[in-house]
Amino acid sequence: MSTFPETPKDGFRLSQLIYDTRYRSLTIQVVAMILLVLFFSWLVSNTIQNLSDLGKDFYFGFLSQPAGYDINQRLIEYSSESSHGRAALVGILNTILVAFLGCVLATILGIFAGVLRLSKNWLVSRLIAVYVEGFRNVPLLLWIIAIFAIMSEAMPQPRAFREGGGASMLLGDSVAVTNRGVYIPKPVWGDNSTILVGVFILSVIGIFIFRSYARKRQEATGDILPVFWISAALFFIPSVLAYYILGRPVTLDYPELGGFNFKGGLHLRNSLIALWLALSLYTGAFIAEIVRAGILSVSKGQTEAAYALGLRPGRTMNLVILPQALRVIIPPLISQFLNLTKNSSLAIAVGYMDVRATLGGITVNQTGRELEGILLLGLFYLVLSLVISGGMNIYNNSVKLKER
Amino acid sequence: MKKTVLLGALTVAGLAAGASAAATLDDVKARGSLKCGVSTGLPGFSATDANGTWVGFDVDVCRAVAAAVLGDASKVEFTPLTTQTRFTALASGEIDMLARNTTWTFSRDNDLKLEFTGVNYYDGQGFMVPKDLGVSSAKDLDGATVCIQTGTTTELNLADFFRVNNISYEPVPIETNAEAQQQYLAGACDVYTTDASGLAATRATFEDPAGHVILPEIISKEPLGPAVRHGDNEWGDIVRWSLNAMIAAEELDVTSANVEEKAASDIPEVQRLLGTAGELGAMLGLEAGWAKAIISQVGNYGESFERNVGEATPIALARGLNAQWTDGGLLYAPPFR
Ligand SMILES: N[C@@H](CCC(=O)N[C@@H](CS)C(=O)NCC(=O)O)C(=O)O
Repeated sequence: MSTFPETPKDGFRLSQLIYDTRYRSLTIQVVAMILLVLFFSWLVSNTIQNLSDLGKDFYFGFLSQPAGYDINQRLIEYSSESSHGRAALVGILNTILVAFLGCVLATILGIFAGVLRLSKNWLVSRLIAVYVEGFRNVPLLLWIIAIFAIMSEAMPQPRAFREGGGASMLLGDSVAVTNRGVYIPKPVWGDNSTILVGVFILSVIGIFIFRSYARKRQEATGDILPVFWISAALFFIPSVLAYYILGRPVTLDYPELGGFNFKGGLHLRNSLIALWLALSLYTGAFIAEIVRAGILSVSKGQTEAAYALGLRPGRTMNLVILPQALRVIIPPLISQFLNLTKNSSLAIAVGYMDVRATLGGITVNQTGRELEGILLLGLFYLVLSLVISGGMNIYNNSVKLKER
Repeated sequence: MKKTVLLGALTVAGLAAGASAAATLDDVKARGSLKCGVSTGLPGFSATDANGTWVGFDVDVCRAVAAAVLGDASKVEFTPLTTQTRFTALASGEIDMLARNTTWTFSRDNDLKLEFTGVNYYDGQGFMVPKDLGVSSAKDLDGATVCIQTGTTTELNLADFFRVNNISYEPVPIETNAEAQQQYLAGACDVYTTDASGLAATRATFEDPAGHVILPEIISKEPLGPAVRHGDNEWGDIVRWSLNAMIAAEELDVTSANVEEKAASDIPEVQRLLGTAGELGAMLGLEAGWAKAIISQVGNYGESFERNVGEATPIALARGLNAQWTDGGLLYAPPFR
């Protein structure tokens, strides 16, 4: 900051700092920097002053104090005697859960809708257009609230599932759709189930190895192996065999009506379902447009060339169009994932206990630590977003145009 | 990018700067109106009537302070606040006082740095269930789904109650009373729990109030009262004594109807209260007729109670703990001298 480039020995005048183009930009930068530092130090001292006026300090000790409140959806052990820090962790996991489920479903929906909107079938492409425009142009919050309202107003109460209540369970008495959420069977992992999982993971690894072998072989000899069928067989057969050989280590726990609610099974709460569906449908509509744009960006000549070489439409899509379209699709897809993750904080509308609701809501409210809580919350979303975009960038690098 | 950082920083600075208002009384006088935080809507306590005017028992505390300070009970700007936003709104200086069925607790007083200026309603937490559920005690609620407002003492009491009694429940966290009511009526929860007065007020708006019962257990103490920011004692005193004036007026039999003739009475405490003798108003930094303005424009405690939540209203709350100490209740205003 204070070292200037060599100046001619004879006569450096201060006015040169402004009028001499060699120094001008440096001067401006130094002045801007000083102003910025002054501004931020004023900001910090003002905050400290105001906190002390209110008799408050800046301290994160509250995170280890008992939280005192209960959380309905917890992926880890938690009770009202656990600490605020642990409550925050429960919220973080809930945020990650809904963001992950949302990203997966949104991608699936988006790819289907994006491809189908280009369909030559008038009805299909119009229907998809209605979906895309309907979801893209109505605020997400409305969709979340609408789905939540439908779930809690139109579905039967658990009581209605009693004898003569008029409601009944679906899929052979294994699924119950109620106004408090959906109850589905839950897998119970018995003895030996780790072996089963091991077998499954090995067969997935096997599929990858086989695929790269098949590709090498095709490149070397031109022979095409039935990759799909062999992959499918590898996926199912070892796991199913192991399941029976190990004596069925995984069983299902079915939901059953007991007392006020269903007991057993897995409870997907209305809040989770509403948030998940709305986020997926909404973001899916944007992804559909990205996918469509990606496909359209590959020039028609490519398709024609592939046809001229005798490739069938499916292979043309997989081998020619998609690899080129992906380069266009991935970067905006990353920002859609980030949007979805941050939009999940709209959980506030339906009482989904995400990190905004635990750390940024009840904890802040009960402890009065607004500044600390909101800073931590911001930090968490920042880190999560950076992790997601970091991960996606690795993938992007693997598909992007490689210049040789 | 740089710009958003700067703007963000500016907003933070603005918020932080707003907090450092030490002399609330001067601000209110200069502004010519009182900013009062109330609930988003709880009939009888704070709600808007058909004309859009705020009415209710908590609203009357705001109006009393406005009458005392500005001489006009209508000079109040109401800010509806949820249970989660209320304390931040007060701490940040968005409102001058909070009158929103808020429980006076140790940690709110000392850790959240609020200043509670008395109790305008002694309450306790209760449970409401549909009659046809056939539940007669809160201890029968094992496994029930319970609607609660987040950011309240309610959710903390509830967690303690169920843990101590070794029964389980499924909490459904909700932002406002209106949403809770809708979820409860849709049967998305079996039970609604909040302060008993809130339950009665909510039930009074149901189509079929008789179809719902409030269980006998009261599981907590909820002294509800107005609050101000910690650190501005002069302002705290004004709010405290405005409420006390309403309570003392009832005890001394001063009502909005007879306040003029009582001003001429020769009972010393009435004279001091109404400013015909002594200098109590000046001690608070207010006009001599501050309490008279409260009583003539808002009424005494009993009038406000009967008008908003009393037995003649659909909410039909009995005075109970909220009777004067002379009638076996807990209301006991310190002497005006
Ligand atoms: N007294 C408790 C509970 C306050 C509370 O939840 N009040 C409810 C009902 S009594 C309310 O004001 N609801 C109106 C609203 O949602 O704005 C506290 O201070 O934490």
